[in-house]
Amino acid sequence: MNGILRLLKSSVGKKYLMAITGTILALFVLGHMLGNLQYFFDARWINAYAHHLQHLPYGLLWVVRAVLFTTIVIHIVVGVLLTLHNVQARPGYEVEGTVQASLGSRTMIWTGLVLLAFATFHIFHYTVKNVQDFSSIPEVNYISSVTPEGLPVVETETVITPDGNGIIRPVATPNVQAIMKTGFSVTGYSLFYIFAVGMLMLHLSHGVSSVFQTLGLRNEVWRYKLNCLAWLYAVAVFAGFASIPVSVLIGKL
Amino acid sequence: MSNEGRSYTLRIWRQKNRNTPGKLVDYKVTNISPGSSFLEMLDLLNEDLVAKGEEAIAFDNDCREGICGMCSLTINGIPHGPERRTTVCQLHMRKFEDGAVITIEPFRAKPFPIVKDLVVDRSAFDRIIQAGGFISVRTGGVPDANAIAIPKDVADVAMDAAACIGCGACVAACKNSSAMLFTSAKASQLNRLPQGQAEKDRRVLLMISQLDKEGFGSCTNYGECQAVCPKGITLDHIAKMHRDYAVASFKNVFGKVL
Ligand code: HEM
Ligand code: FES
Repeated sequence: MNGILRLLKSSVGKKYLMAITGTILALFVLGHMLGNLQYFFDARWINAYAHHLQHLPYGLLWVVRAVLFTTIVIHIVVGVLLTLHNVQARPGYEVEGTVQASLGSRTMIWTGLVLLAFATFHIFHYTVKNVQDFSSIPEVNYISSVTPEGLPVVETETVITPDGNGIIRPVATPNVQAIMKTGFSVTGYSLFYIFAVGMLMLHLSHGVSSVFQTLGLRNEVWRYKLNCLAWLYAVAVFAGFASIPVSVLIGKL
Repeated sequence: MSNEGRSYTLRIWRQKNRNTPGKLVDYKVTNISPGSSFLEMLDLLNEDLVAKGEEAIAFDNDCREGICGMCSLTINGIPHGPERRTTVCQLHMRKFEDGAVITIEPFRAKPFPIVKDLVVDRSAFDRIIQAGGFISVRTGGVPDANAIAIPKDVADVAMDAAACIGCGACVAACKNSSAMLFTSAKASQLNRLPQGQAEKDRRVLLMISQLDKEGFGSCTNYGECQAVCPKGITLDHIAKMHRDYAVASFKNVFGKVL
């Protein structure tokens, strides 16, 4: 117990927490981005994907949400603690000089706080759906598969009506593609999303390479390669996320 | 290159003592030879000041050949000035254009309180070394030089770490005032060698806890420390420290190191 306490109280232990939670979050945003790209395919793709996520077995959806929530809370609390401690340790110069520290590395707390604000907004916007009214977008029937001839197979469910009879009806699921399109057709929202994923890019451009250093998995040869890799990762995540609002905005022209 | 004397405007941090607030004061120097060192230029200014009956500017220095780690000036925001891998005592005025305005500040960090003007108290470093930057061996007869075989590449890396002169430029440059480059070099020079193995886990645990106690910031992997280090100590040593600390903490959680 003493050992754990010593580790958590130390600056290096806190950095391990940042690196582990940062890695989980960085992998999450990559997965999230890849999932989103299904927006560009037939509507069935992303709608089915969303349906699956919403109906994961064994309450896994809430397990994933709980893990992500804990991760982000740890990342934020420890990140803020470290930043406050670092600011305290530094009296500052009359003339500030920077030799090579990247923009991303110098703005971690600011890009992080923008991400926090954005994530909060984003959850109310598309998960809780109480920012914008999407209720006029009709639900669609959930299509579970396609026959060899290319005909959709509509998933059905049995529901018990109030008079005690069972009826079979198609499973209805939100038309996620239409919801995304409606959401992003508000120019202000789209621009905010693009700005936020830009900040995510900056955060990742330092973070993804920094993780390796924090966990001690980097040397002078790999450092420069990993810095490039981090930028590649960051730009890919940015391009993937931003492509959707950008395409909606272009469509409006 | 012309050998005519150059003139500079120096904006120098003056501070009476630890508890009095300081400020930048402007001084003019003229007829400075491009071949003179930065510290010689300050010597000339001090001679002038003393001749005028003013108080000389206090700054640390000793060997003036880049090996003792005493000199500690931040020039235009960069510890040890603009030239890479050079202590300020080895910096020459030919690096500064005639007529330049040069701001000179101490090595700033909360754990390095200012003693006077440009002199800071770096004894926090000594306490980090005392916490674990040593090996406890009984001294006896001189051991045979090759009694312990050490691979050349290992010895080279340990030697690179041992090049640290403990000047504190890494702390002064770090935007978090982190002492990880110094501490990791001091741990690494021992942890990499067979003689350092016995106390490796204790060493990293104790040195990091002392470093935290002194109030240094944490490492955000900016790389500013490596960029200003006059001895070219690299972030490799910090990565090694991060590794060693993880292993030591693991052992300390499940077993007993301390
Ligand atoms: C999806 C969102 C996020 C991702 C993918 C992410 C990812 C990362 C990664 C990979 C690191 C590098 C860790 C290391 O240096 O070892 C990091 C560091 C950091 N993050 Fe985040 N982060 C996210 C959200 C946030 C938020 C909301 C904050 C708000 C405070 C934040 C604040 C920080 C800070 C301050 C650091 C630097 C910590 C240090 O080096 O001392 N991040 N992040
Ligand atoms: S005075 Fe000794 S290193 Fe500069």
